[in-house]
Amino acid sequence: MMPERRAFLINSIRNLGLAASGGMVWSVFVEEGKSAPFILRPPGALPEAKFIASCIKCGMCVEACPYDALTLAEPGDNKPVGTPYFIPRTNPCYMCKDIPCVPVCPSGALDASLVSKKDLNGETRLNIDLAKMGLAVIDRETCVAYAGIQCDACYRACPLIDKAITVEYTRLERTGKHAILAPVVHSSACTGCGLCEKACVTKKASIFILPREKVMGESDMSYIKGWDAQDEERLREAPEEVTTKTPRSSKNPVDYLNQEEF
Amino acid sequence: MKKYKYLIARRLTQSAILFLFFAGNASGWQVLKGNLSSAKAFDLIPLSDPFAALQITSTGTLLAWNAVIGAVIIFLIYAIAGGRLFCGWVCPVNMVTDLANRLRDVFIGDAALRSWEIKRGIRYWVTGLSLILSALLGVAAFEWISPIGTLHRGIIYGIGLGWAFVAAVFFFDLFAVKNGFCGHVCPLGGFYALTGRFGFLRVGYDKDKCTLCMKCLDICPEKQVLYMVGQQSGAVVSGECINCGRCIEVCRDNALRFSNIYSKKFS
Repeated sequence: MMPERRAFLINSIRNLGLAASGGMVWSVFVEEGKSAPFILRPPGALPEAKFIASCIKCGMCVEACPYDALTLAEPGDNKPVGTPYFIPRTNPCYMCKDIPCVPVCPSGALDASLVSKKDLNGETRLNIDLAKMGLAVIDRETCVAYAGIQCDACYRACPLIDKAITVEYTRLERTGKHAILAPVVHSSACTGCGLCEKACVTKKASIFILPREKVMGESDMSYIKGWDAQDEERLREAPEEVTTKTPRSSKNPVDYLNQEEF
Repeated sequence: MKKYKYLIARRLTQSAILFLFFAGNASGWQVLKGNLSSAKAFDLIPLSDPFAALQITSTGTLLAWNAVIGAVIIFLIYAIAGGRLFCGWVCPVNMVTDLANRLRDVFIGDAALRSWEIKRGIRYWVTGLSLILSALLGVAAFEWISPIGTLHRGIIYGIGLGWAFVAAVFFFDLFAVKNGFCGHVCPLGGFYALTGRFGFLRVGYDKDKCTLCMKCLDICPEKQVLYMVGQQSGAVVSGECINCGRCIEVCRDNALRFSNIYSKKFS
């Protein structure tokens, strides 16, 4: 009996060892493939980590897109394989009102509730203006409008004109008699559709979409704009009481007065 | 022709499913949309790969109802049908590995190039490992590297460098291990072997008719499931049988046939 048990044990150990070494190579491969920090997802996509966990790679969003803007990442694209993305410069999101790519998602990786809002009758409706696919960023050094040349291609292309992109007028000091009509992006309204990037006239786009978490900062509760009703809303999420804990704060202040060296 | 009826039927089924998916994407046909990971049939019935759904669930993600219902439907279909019906009749990689194995038989032969011996039970380890790694890495681990996904997505949407995955499987089967990928390693095959264990459609064997020519064992990609040939009458029990029916086709004694193991006629 003993040799059999021995063989079984050795076999189990060998299998476990094989599984462990195979699993490690496999893990490294997957971990490498997971990191595509600048990928842009369809509207209504969950945050990236959750998105790649829940996307089942069926491509139904890709098929639903009437503009063929979405692509499934292929091996060699250096993106999480089989997941949908778009490249605004070549094919931006045209922000369809009925957002056909989102309701077809079977797995919930594209979540309709992230791009829906209650209308006046209390019915929940899809609203593409709520999409947060990315954020337009302007390179002021190469943008010709910032150089004083009249160009408003991105401003005119923006589906949320005067909300997501506005034009700010300043005096062009170089000539002394002209104006700079500078496009400015507002993160509260920008959906990251990329129509501006597509429209940009410079050789390489001077306005381009990046994932929001890559380009946006975040201020904590210490800095709430009291004059801004929307920012004031953040106070609702604030905890009742904020206390700072340090090694010293665990002691009672009165004890300090009773200390010998005082 | 009778000698190849199941083979032809299988190739037609495999190609038709891929074609319908392809047409669903390219021309908007409504019969099948999506791909083998998740699909919608007739714009109504959700279908999902239950193993992919299981991996996604083990990442700690709650799948939407559509994918869950679809996974249950597909799971029930294969559980009721029995064997690895998916592997033999649906999976596109079957065509690749069948070609590799055919070439191996015709041009190389086992005498010239002995197959490496690896255990067929490895697939269950890989099945388990897929779920463990999914939980650890936070993404469906096998879907990430699956040559099956790469191939059917590739055919429907464009394959990129995915040919390398498929070629790797092809050469592995051609030069290293006979029936290597589908018959030893593939975790989806392992999953479906467990799924189809108690289904009704199995290959039945009649010892009285058998003349022990052993052609069935020569052709079978999962030889261990035909353990009863020459021993006793009965049906294939193992879920590892892919129900390809090649053994039935090559048998000149009508000793093998597809049967319903739960019917009274069958004993």
